[in-house]
Amino acid sequence: MPLLRIDSVVKKFGKYTAVDQVSLDIRAGEFFALLGPSGCGKTTLLRMLAGFETPEAGRILLDGMDIAALLPHRRPINMMFQSYALFPHLDVRDNIAFGLKRANMPRGEIEARVAEMVALVKLEGLERRKPDQLSGGQKQRVALARSLARRPRVLLLDEPMAALDKKLREATQAELMELQRRLGLTFIIVTHDQEEAMTVADRIGVMDAGRLEQVATPRQLYEAPASRWIAEFVGDINVIDGHVEAQAEHRLTIATRDAGTIVAAEPRQPLRKTSICVAIRPEKVKLSRRGPVTEPAGAIAMNRLEGVVTDVNYLGGITSYKVKLDTGAVLRASMANTARLELNAYSASQRVTAWFSPDDCVVLEQ
Amino acid sequence: MSARRIFGRPAGLAALAPYLWMLLFFLVPFGFVVKISLSQVAIAQPPYTPVFDLSAGWPALRAAFEALSLENFRLLVTDSLYVLSYLRSIVVALVSTALLVALGYPVAYGMARLPRRWQATAMMLVIVPFWTSFLIRIYAWINILQHDGLLNQTLLALHIIPQPLVWLSTDSAMYLGIVYSYLPFMILPLYATLAKIDPALLEAAGDLGASRTQTFWLITFPLSLPGVGAGVVLCFIPIVGEFVIPDLLAGSDNMMIGQTLWLEFFINKDWPLASAAAVMLLMLLLAPLLIYQRLQRREL
Repeated sequence: MPLLRIDSVVKKFGKYTAVDQVSLDIRAGEFFALLGPSGCGKTTLLRMLAGFETPEAGRILLDGMDIAALLPHRRPINMMFQSYALFPHLDVRDNIAFGLKRANMPRGEIEARVAEMVALVKLEGLERRKPDQLSGGQKQRVALARSLARRPRVLLLDEPMAALDKKLREATQAELMELQRRLGLTFIIVTHDQEEAMTVADRIGVMDAGRLEQVATPRQLYEAPASRWIAEFVGDINVIDGHVEAQAEHRLTIATRDAGTIVAAEPRQPLRKTSICVAIRPEKVKLSRRGPVTEPAGAIAMNRLEGVVTDVNYLGGITSYKVKLDTGAVLRASMANTARLELNAYSASQRVTAWFSPDDCVVLEQ
Repeated sequence: MSARRIFGRPAGLAALAPYLWMLLFFLVPFGFVVKISLSQVAIAQPPYTPVFDLSAGWPALRAAFEALSLENFRLLVTDSLYVLSYLRSIVVALVSTALLVALGYPVAYGMARLPRRWQATAMMLVIVPFWTSFLIRIYAWINILQHDGLLNQTLLALHIIPQPLVWLSTDSAMYLGIVYSYLPFMILPLYATLAKIDPALLEAAGDLGASRTQTFWLITFPLSLPGVGAGVVLCFIPIVGEFVIPDLLAGSDNMMIGQTLWLEFFINKDWPLASAAAVMLLMLLLAPLLIYQRLQRREL
């Protein structure tokens, strides 16, 4: 049985449906991320789990008990707020102890738990500071310690790192993962930052317009997106429209206007339509002056496209290229800069062959 | 920021304006009042002595200075009439301020929790009585409270009372008038602080196990204390010196210091004593102001 089961939950604000028939199981000890653009309903879903919003329909089961109608203070779930929501009139110690006092914990135990939490988030020596005497990173730690102090069954994190700069955010992500593993707690994080979701989460739920579009591991999400929308939302991708001409030996032959005939691996789900699109990640597109040099007999036939490099963007770890194909369409490719010296770089207006394997193509229904 | 840095810049000259204003319209006149409070009453024009006459030369000026005395202040603290006036003023102000907090807090709290689009309307409703002159509104209360006034007529018509009650010229009428007049000054600062409280704080308190009552007393109330302080200062100080409301609505057997002052000035023509009463009042009111300022500094 999952720890938390969200079952056909619906939330409306007036005529606007913020969360539309969402069902989702969260396993105990899992780090789950809700990812989506702003306004997609991910925060509303999180607020329903915390108890700040009541669903119009559906159930929220924690250990098999329906908690959808329980007030926030009666749920064994805590939330870390995006704004941190630290009580400005209380110092660090009293902020962390707030939830423990409400649980009528004996004084001695409160002291011990607060000390443990302060050590956990490395805030020793700051116990008597008020929130306005703390830096952004320190506030974030207090908020985390406060929400963890009651040992919640599920910890909800609403964009917990949105206010931190990039370096601090990356360090905090690592600490958060370490903490989650060490405490063995269940974390649900809401974020619009896909890199963050992929870094921290075991599984990611992608939401759009109130619906849960796909639930998958980061790798599945990136390499096997369930729809064109997800393919384009997560990472960079080339999408080429076409229709299926032939199907044989797990290979589809697809006719496209932009890239001629493409051979792609057959998707696991049988196609219901012949009008489809082919999606290829830029890093799967290789460039060369003459195409793959040798193609051993029996090897998979590669897709080859001829074109001219129009844009070169050097980004440090990778260089990204735009190649204008002879059909007029633009294909994006990126290559890792594995050598310090410019050995296999291409320059603008150079003629190249772009090639990619059928296995790197994702075939999606529109 | 130091005064030097403010006044150093040409644009900073504008910062001088309030200081000039205070100097011209508060400190200088207050200096006159202090001087008169140290003088003695005289049947003359002006009705006190000594009068500084710069044209009479240095010895006359020195003689005038030597004629100043603290006699009026001695009288104020020894004569029970004045002591009782001061005490009554402070008691009336304390009771009224307590009533104002008890009444204003729930109103301000309700306003702050209204949907955003209704809050401006609620604010208008609080401010709207200011469109009518304060004096006219107090006279309207006399009309309502008098023997054959609206209140008695209504209560008689509803058979709640068998004969008209005496409302006017009682302490109750005075408290009613004071609370009615000062309520907006209590509500507005309270509303301003309550509306500023981040709703996420209340959610966080609930999330951490606090019931709604606990959330109010542990989060909302402590965070609204600056507003309570501002409202209390804004009401308490002018109520201590209040003259019109007790004069029109209260009985004549007890007087507040404002009434005593008026009596000394206009009826007894004792300008020096009236001035001394005014100086003393200001000294008394400085205490709560200083306490408030210190509390506010600690908040920052």
